[in-house]
Amino acid sequence: MNPSRRSLLRAVGATGLASGAGLPLNASGQAPITVGVIYVGPRDDFGYNQAQAQAAAALKKLPGVKVVEEERVPETIAVQKTMEAMINQDRASLIFATSFGYFDPHMLRMAEKYPKVRFAHGGGMWTEGKHPRNAGSYFGYIDGAQYVSGVVAGHLSRSKRLGFVAAKPIPQVLRNVNAFTLGARSVDPSITTRVIFTGDWSMAVKEAEATNSLVDQGVDVVTCHVDGPKVTIETAEKRGIMTCGYHANQSALAPKGYLTGAEWDWSTPYGMLVDAARTGKPHLNFLRGGLKEGFVRMSPYGPSVSAKAREAGDAARAALTTGDFAIFRGPLRDNRGGTVIPAGTVLEMTHLELEKMNYLVEGVLGSIPG
Amino acid sequence: MSARSGVLAAGRDLALSPALLRWLLPFGSIGAGLLAFGAFVLLIGRDPLEVYATIYEGGFGSAFSWNNTLLRAAPLILAGLAVAIPAQAGLVMIGGEGCLAFGALAAAAVAVPLLPGLGSGALVAGAIAGMAAGSAWFALAGVLRVRRGLNEVISSLLLSYIAIAVFNHLVEGPLRDPASLNKPSTLPLPESAMIGAIPGLDVHWGLAIGLLACGLAQLALSRSTQGFALRVAGGNPRAALLVGLPVGSLVVASCALGGAAAGLAGAIEVMAVHSAASASVLAGYGTTGILVAFMARQQPLAIVPVAVLMGGISAAGSLLQRRLELPDATTLVLQGLLFVAILAGEALMPRGRR
Repeated sequence: MNPSRRSLLRAVGATGLASGAGLPLNASGQAPITVGVIYVGPRDDFGYNQAQAQAAAALKKLPGVKVVEEERVPETIAVQKTMEAMINQDRASLIFATSFGYFDPHMLRMAEKYPKVRFAHGGGMWTEGKHPRNAGSYFGYIDGAQYVSGVVAGHLSRSKRLGFVAAKPIPQVLRNVNAFTLGARSVDPSITTRVIFTGDWSMAVKEAEATNSLVDQGVDVVTCHVDGPKVTIETAEKRGIMTCGYHANQSALAPKGYLTGAEWDWSTPYGMLVDAARTGKPHLNFLRGGLKEGFVRMSPYGPSVSAKAREAGDAARAALTTGDFAIFRGPLRDNRGGTVIPAGTVLEMTHLELEKMNYLVEGVLGSIPG
Repeated sequence: MSARSGVLAAGRDLALSPALLRWLLPFGSIGAGLLAFGAFVLLIGRDPLEVYATIYEGGFGSAFSWNNTLLRAAPLILAGLAVAIPAQAGLVMIGGEGCLAFGALAAAAVAVPLLPGLGSGALVAGAIAGMAAGSAWFALAGVLRVRRGLNEVISSLLLSYIAIAVFNHLVEGPLRDPASLNKPSTLPLPESAMIGAIPGLDVHWGLAIGLLACGLAQLALSRSTQGFALRVAGGNPRAALLVGLPVGSLVVASCALGGAAAGLAGAIEVMAVHSAASASVLAGYGTTGILVAFMARQQPLAIVPVAVLMGGISAAGSLLQRRLELPDATTLVLQGLLFVAILAGEALMPRGRR
């Protein structure tokens, strides 16, 4: 569509004639748009990719929005070509690059090459002045939801031993392990979390081994941060222990033991980014939100969650939603005895210091390899 | 009448020479594979003609598609060569991914610090370091084979696991760029210092290097004494020993050359695509290279069209997903059917002197 026709349509839309005239505009006068969404794994992985695909499915329902998707795109030259193909072959003008490894150098290079196309990256650290303006990153503070999971798990654990199957000891993952543990220990300070790092994002065999090993060590609630929590949740259910989900809702995989879970709700940032693109507003370069902003949410409580645990979970969620409560505040010690946040210091969810986290808090059993 | 003699007879009827048949059969195989895929597409309730048109458009239909295909083919050429060269000595090396990992790591570790002093010479140093690292790792499997009789299929695979573990350890530990928080990587090459595109194409120089390597390998195998000796050693090691050929050295040398090709593939991935070594570099090219080499019947020059076919399938699969909303598994079905057809075609191929 050429610019003059687009601006004409927008003007017509603004006068409220669009729907009557049957023009491809919605009530608020938004131009039609083609959006590309790229996933690193399968869209039905019960995990990271599924959470993103659910938001893409929500976008598809919006009038005037066309969504093109590609799954299992590796973090190599392949993703650069997929972005270019979406631009050249599908005429996409907004691209969601959902995997962390797509950002540097792949998405940045494409953003420089196609300055008129908007690029949105899941999880990356877009930096003012360093990265192009047509690129940006969206992410959620899911450690808040992990904290709520920890509170619920803390109420229901009988052995007082929790387990965490983690991929890599990077800041995002450590933040979740720590938030989950702090949530549980807010209920009972004698609770510990045993963490096992599998070394990579999708290691089905190691995830099963880790879960089994945790159960053998007496852990009775397990959660995880890997790309596809399916293996961990199913293994735990088979072994008869309780689980907290991650990324998406896995209650179907563990009808008995699923307590709750930390889920993404990417439809919120997706909607905001699409809206900005269609109305010609500047690209949202740095978009973040937590429970309050609707970027993350909790899975509905499972059948084994007691009324008392529900109450505690709801209270924790309410405190985090209003923003009256910060998870990471001093005095906070790591599991080697050192003070990581001095007394009197409160690190709000948005604090950049938290994005560099390199410690496990007191109560976590395990160490950061390497 | 066996299927093979049937094909020969059919060829005679059409007055086709066995040599011509040898050239025609792969195309017939690809056609048969595409037909089978069309049947599959019908089975899942889609229009085969639309799917064929999309495959053509995505893989080969425009300049953009060709660039896309060739770019995806580039790393597969060297990865295929890594399997094909040791295959001349009768070895089946399946651990190319490990050599690729070490090549990537060596290139990143050498090129970045040398850049201020050497300029673009640092890229050459990185490539040499990558080849040396990959070469040493594959040669190890060769030495184990010659000295201890260890099966190279197993040893190269296990060595590959070790290489990837060491790679991950170094990338996440001692060689990690402290600024790479959530994607552990080595220190990056600045964009301006990286290997650029071939003029007129949107494809980096790695493609040309791969073509050159295949050409040289083919030439060395068919025209040099050492190449001949290598093929004899691979064809009949006992006879080779009887006529006094240094079979052990030839085996190790072929492994070293194959490893160098895989190491170079890793080095080019870092210096042309990724700018640093990270887990993303290990995308399975080493494994796909095995498929490419076997499809090419271990002939270096034949690796090029096979790699381009693989690249084309990958580029077409991308469009199939986006345009027709077919799942990624469709691409795997297409790839599987094409390769089964090509292998079946080879079983029908006239044998004998070329």
